[in-house]
Amino acid sequence: MSSTLLTQVSHLGRRSVVRTLRQPGVMVSAILFPLMFFAITASGLDAATNLPGFPTASYLDFAFAFPLVQASLFGAITAGVDLARDIEGGFFDRLSLTPMRPVALLGGMLAGVMALGLIQGVIFLSIGLAVGVNIQSGFAGMLLLVALTILTALGFGGLGAILALRTGSGEAVESSFPLFFVAIFLSSINLPRDLIESDWFRLIATLNPVSYLVEGIRSLVITGWDPQALILGFGCAFGLIALSLAGAAASLRTRMAT
Amino acid sequence: MSAIGNLASGSTRGSFGGLFSVAGAVAWRQVYKFFTNPAFLAPALFPIFFFIAFAGGLSSVEQVPGFDFTGGYVAFQFVWSLLQAVALGGAFTGFSIAGDFESGFARRLMLAASNRRGILLGYVLASIVRTAVTGGLVTVVALIGGMRPAGGVDLFGLVGLALLVNVAATLFGAGVAMLLRTGEAGPLIRTPIFLILFIAPVFVPQNLLVGWISVASSLNPMTFILEAGRGFLSGDPTGGAFAFGVAVAAVLLLIPWALFGLRGAERAG
Amino acid sequence: MASGGAGIEVEGLVREFKKGPRAVDGISLRVEPGEIYGFLGPNGAGKSTTVLMLTTLLPPTSGTARVAGFDVAREGSKVRASIGAALQEAALDPFLTGREHLKLQAALHGLGRKERKKRGDELLERVGLVEAADRRVRGYSGGMKRRLDLALALVHRPEILFLDEPTTGLDPQSRSALWTEVSRLTRDEGVTVFLTTQYLEEADVLADRVGIIDSGRIVAEGTPEELKAEIGRPSVEATPIKVSDRDAVARVLSSFGQEIAAQPGAVSVRLDHGAGDLADVVRALDAGSLRVANLRLEEPSLDDVFLEKTGRSLEGSGDKEDNDNVEPGAKPGGDRESSRKKGARA
Repeated sequence: MSSTLLTQVSHLGRRSVVRTLRQPGVMVSAILFPLMFFAITASGLDAATNLPGFPTASYLDFAFAFPLVQASLFGAITAGVDLARDIEGGFFDRLSLTPMRPVALLGGMLAGVMALGLIQGVIFLSIGLAVGVNIQSGFAGMLLLVALTILTALGFGGLGAILALRTGSGEAVESSFPLFFVAIFLSSINLPRDLIESDWFRLIATLNPVSYLVEGIRSLVITGWDPQALILGFGCAFGLIALSLAGAAASLRTRMAT
Repeated sequence: MSAIGNLASGSTRGSFGGLFSVAGAVAWRQVYKFFTNPAFLAPALFPIFFFIAFAGGLSSVEQVPGFDFTGGYVAFQFVWSLLQAVALGGAFTGFSIAGDFESGFARRLMLAASNRRGILLGYVLASIVRTAVTGGLVTVVALIGGMRPAGGVDLFGLVGLALLVNVAATLFGAGVAMLLRTGEAGPLIRTPIFLILFIAPVFVPQNLLVGWISVASSLNPMTFILEAGRGFLSGDPTGGAFAFGVAVAAVLLLIPWALFGLRGAERAG
Repeated sequence: MASGGAGIEVEGLVREFKKGPRAVDGISLRVEPGEIYGFLGPNGAGKSTTVLMLTTLLPPTSGTARVAGFDVAREGSKVRASIGAALQEAALDPFLTGREHLKLQAALHGLGRKERKKRGDELLERVGLVEAADRRVRGYSGGMKRRLDLALALVHRPEILFLDEPTTGLDPQSRSALWTEVSRLTRDEGVTVFLTTQYLEEADVLADRVGIIDSGRIVAEGTPEELKAEIGRPSVEATPIKVSDRDAVARVLSSFGQEIAAQPGAVSVRLDHGAGDLADVVRALDAGSLRVANLRLEEPSLDDVFLEKTGRSLEGSGDKEDNDNVEPGAKPGGDRESSRKKGARA
């Protein structure tokens, strides 16, 4: 990456983070909602650990992937909405009139998503450790866990960018939120796939890449070092990133050429 | 006759005739608005989604030792989804009231209504009509999903509880919406309703809950309504009378709250 | 950078949208370096679409345009390096401060760290935002936002400045301050300014030359004086003391020219033989024993020019065009000129 591009990306990324941190409502949603769901499912479904074959005795550990994945989703939606509002309000045009390379705009937005993913990952990890989550893979695993969270945020962020660039409407991006939510819940987020009884649900969860992102993160918490889960998790994250960024770049080209 | 025409033709301020005339006009207008806009089904979407995700994904949970609900996991989840649908029906009515204040329409209602309590009653009646449709939709999805109610006449108990929950949620939403009179009322209506729904025995019966949620849910009125509703559905009604008492108490407590909101709106002009 | 340069040359520029009429229908114009060109027209006439094409934000359907010597379709990046633009009222990030905006804009233009700060301070000073520099834009007034908008457009010392309705919705004081700054830029720094406006007064006061656009076509072009001279004849407006005399005054004045719109209670006619008729008008009124409270000789205005060229007055003529010339899906969600300009009129 050239130094000019790097400067542009870093400035736009910084702007993305600063504006998000200056919206307490957004930050509260991004931190509190995932934590609330975590607290509710971790306690509410604790009895599921009594199912024969459940992989851990602690549902708290099992559910810890949930806030991390949900936080990535929040970050992506926030960034997508921000980008769409930039388009709606003319800020995108203002930036387009500078010698900034279009890819820097995308890079800046995604750098912001990753930075927020890092902030959220560290906060959740700290809270998780404080409430008794036991990370089997140790400190190195924690680093990897945060890394996978950031990559997941980047992948979802690319999808948010596609929606923003295609629709140019903050409202449209926001209203896509339930779709992302559906993708998370129709995965192995609440139970291991082999304990899902309904065939149709198990099939959807098996086809849903979110399951592998969740299982990658979860393996670091409840198993330790599980190469297969990690390869699948990181593989899905990189696949999602590649596809969503390619889509975002194409959408950007289309918008710039309109 | 138009809604406003009905309002103006009501009898003197404060009379019962005025109350029902105004309520009828407001309810008519709201219901008309619902049925000309497919978005009125929105309160059913989240419950249906959660129903599919939980009933489909967590059905093996009923094999947990101590899971004593006999109606099957689909029915177990349906009751929670139904109560969610009716509570959200109330919340969405709150959003609609806030929207009416933002657009200025509510001010027109306040000026025209011969009995302003009728406005509140009208919104509640409309909310019940809306919820009958969205609740019905959730029920149809559950039946397609394999729910087999075993309750017989007891099912009316579930319907009665759902109705009371809807009225309580509508009164709560109306109070908040009338006090704030802007779209900012949305999160303040939605968040407590979601919290009260989730801090309940959503996934397993109350006796299987552990930790903080076991304590919190035992203090949550929704827990009693939910467990009684599940009992009515499975033909094993327990705690029904107490649950009705809780639901009626909630409605009675929220009536002054909604009237307080109405007075706030009156003071604001 | 802003010295001399090549100005703007436009030849047969057209922009069509899929489900609408031609928003811009074959316009040709030339803006000389260092000139302020006023692009005057009602809402939806095609002003902003033209600016979007000239600033490379919207590709033309056909025709050519060279800005600062570069082709807008083929040499977009060179055009962008030469121009500054203040396009839309809200094109600012409400959560950033004024200073942060300038820093970001300067960084994207490739200014070094020291230069960024220096240029930012200089521009904040020039547009009178020093005190508000570290406040978030969310709390700025409309006038402050416009001034910041202008400062942002000037960060990289552009040769040509595009201002799209820069004073719409501003109070008279803010408007006047902006006019002063635009005039200064041209006078002291030789910046070429392409300014769209729906305000007659703005075009009259500020522009060296004016192009009047209606329904996507340029219907008149020249200096304000030239355009008004085309109309040539002044008008006279008489306000009788007694309201009941209005019809009698109208009968007397009708022998001097065609009646045109006037203030309530007054009668106005375009004088057939110019200002020389004024003495005869006074004598005729006196002969009819008609006493007037006020008698005014008025030079033709740009509105008269617009009326002459389009058959309508510019005041209040935008509504029809709003409907006709909306730009369907120029960029989805990125509404252009139709929605945001239904506000104030001079």
